Amino acid sequence: MKNTITGRVWKYGDDINTDVIFPGKYTYSLTDPAEMAKHALEDLDPAFVTNVRPGDIIVAGKNWGCGSSREQAVVCLKEIGVGAIVARSFARIYFRNAINYALPIVTCDAVDSVESGEEITLDFTAGTVTTPRATYTFPPFPPEVMAILEAGGLIPYTQQALGVKSKE
Amino acid sequence: MGNTFAEKVLARKAGLESVVPGQIVTVRPDKLLTHDNTSAIAAKFREIGVAKVANPKMHVIVFDHVTPAANETYAISHKATRAFVAEQGIEAFYDIGEGICHQVLPEKGHAWPSAVIVGSDSHTPTHGAFGAFAAGIGRTEAAAVTATGSIWLRVPETLRIVLHGALPPRVSAKDVILRIIGDLRADGADYCSVEFAGEAIRAMSVAGRMVLCNMAAEMGAKNAVVEADETTLDWLVGRTSWDAETLRRWAAEFRADPDATYARVIEYNVSDLAPQVAKPHTVDNVVPVTEVVGTKIDQALIGTCTNGRLEDLEAAADILRGKHIAPGVRLLVLPASRETLLAAIERGVIADLVAAGATLLNPGCGPCLGAHEGCMAPGEVTISTANRNFKGRMGSKEAFTYLASPATVAASALAGVIADPREV
Repeated sequence: MKNTITGRVWKYGDDINTDVIFPGKYTYSLTDPAEMAKHALEDLDPAFVTNVRPGDIIVAGKNWGCGSSREQAVVCLKEIGVGAIVARSFARIYFRNAINYALPIVTCDAVDSVESGEEITLDFTAGTVTTPRATYTFPPFPPEVMAILEAGGLIPYTQQALGVKSKE
Repeated sequence: MGNTFAEKVLARKAGLESVVPGQIVTVRPDKLLTHDNTSAIAAKFREIGVAKVANPKMHVIVFDHVTPAANETYAISHKATRAFVAEQGIEAFYDIGEGICHQVLPEKGHAWPSAVIVGSDSHTPTHGAFGAFAAGIGRTEAAAVTATGSIWLRVPETLRIVLHGALPPRVSAKDVILRIIGDLRADGADYCSVEFAGEAIRAMSVAGRMVLCNMAAEMGAKNAVVEADETTLDWLVGRTSWDAETLRRWAAEFRADPDATYARVIEYNVSDLAPQVAKPHTVDNVVPVTEVVGTKIDQALIGTCTNGRLEDLEAAADILRGKHIAPGVRLLVLPASRETLLAAIERGVIADLVAAGATLLNPGCGPCLGAHEGCMAPGEVTISTANRNFKGRMGSKEAFTYLASPATVAASALAGVIADPREV
């Protein structure tokens, strides 16, 4: 995992649920992550898929990712190149899914001082998020969570824990 | 200092004397629940690179989301799961037609007081109705649990919700939980364990308790629980392999201590509660039914893991018996399981509903997640007993879903507009 990430912001509101991040009608019919990426935020912001650039950062209000446990709501964003998600709070299954996919996820109030299109910087060593108007601190991840992120996600982490070789 | 339900169960499972909120523990779940997503989980499991699942007896697999397979893609997915089940020697596999995973799992004896259940479905907290600690996880996590037999869990803070009084006629557990979610909002219980207590809970059926625990997920709860009592034991004995004495002992042992520490205690008196409705497009957008009476509907749905049980179908039949739904309204009825369907047939409930104009669908999730069996076109309105009304969930993103109790949905189907079941 990189120590710092700088990216362009896509700003959204509170309680953005997994149905609008990745519609339920595709959850059992699409298996290819590249195909999933084409439907990212389909029912929330149709402009997102066409205009997002690798490394862009989603900044949102409270309870990002509430609703279904569907992991595709993480996979579609990771696959399309989202560098990180910064929200006031996250729904718990979404939080775990993001960690398990090694998608950096930061809890702070950056949504209060940034607009879509502006740049922000996440510094994981310092534990800070810097917007054009303010700097926020966030607490470090617990060691158990950090270990999964550092391994590159739960699959490689589990492979290491079980002593099995990656199939790559 | 006393302990909450979650603290007691997680300490016992982690082999620790006690635990505190925020602490991370590693536990071996008693059950791992997966459904149509098992084929995707099996693929992730194979990616890890181990040949055999850690514990075949941990798995409970139920086909429910898109059953029978709606097209070739779903059929291929189901076939892959059946092969995985055979290859890994998994016994607790329930193919199409058995019902919704959250109904079938307890019916087949896989939930009990103090059991730890993780499931690759966000409504896994439903099983707290049996005194289990049950939480939802994602697919990759389910694959890791399949490979290792264990999972890390953060010990949650606990929210205790005490319900006083007695429910008025035609007001049910669904109205109670909608009101609570409307008050606490979609993130009101984020990361929390929710304990439901009080005399209104003690008087409630197992089915009603399942509604509360099921929908606690809609306010962000990690798990929800109704501490097991004689009502629970009556339901469980003969279904689980544990005898009544063992179940009774666990029920007592894992009850929250009177001096447990809570993040918050919230009290309600349900005696004056009116039927409640969640308006589009969020579950916490809740108003008394009187505020939306008269809203035109195209479709009404009675079923899902929230409200597809016998007492739900009976509540609807009580309103529709001998009458007919309004012209232009489509009423879909999906019993939660084969057991529910058989009981409803035996009691004449299915005949009453079908004679009243209902379209009977097979036990399963049906159109709840917008994949088949009753999706909506742009501009259409459904009133549903389900647990989610997010934009686009039931088909078109320009359609509208209202959430309500089986009585309110039945009364609305009869009227062709949202109606107050107390007035029927």
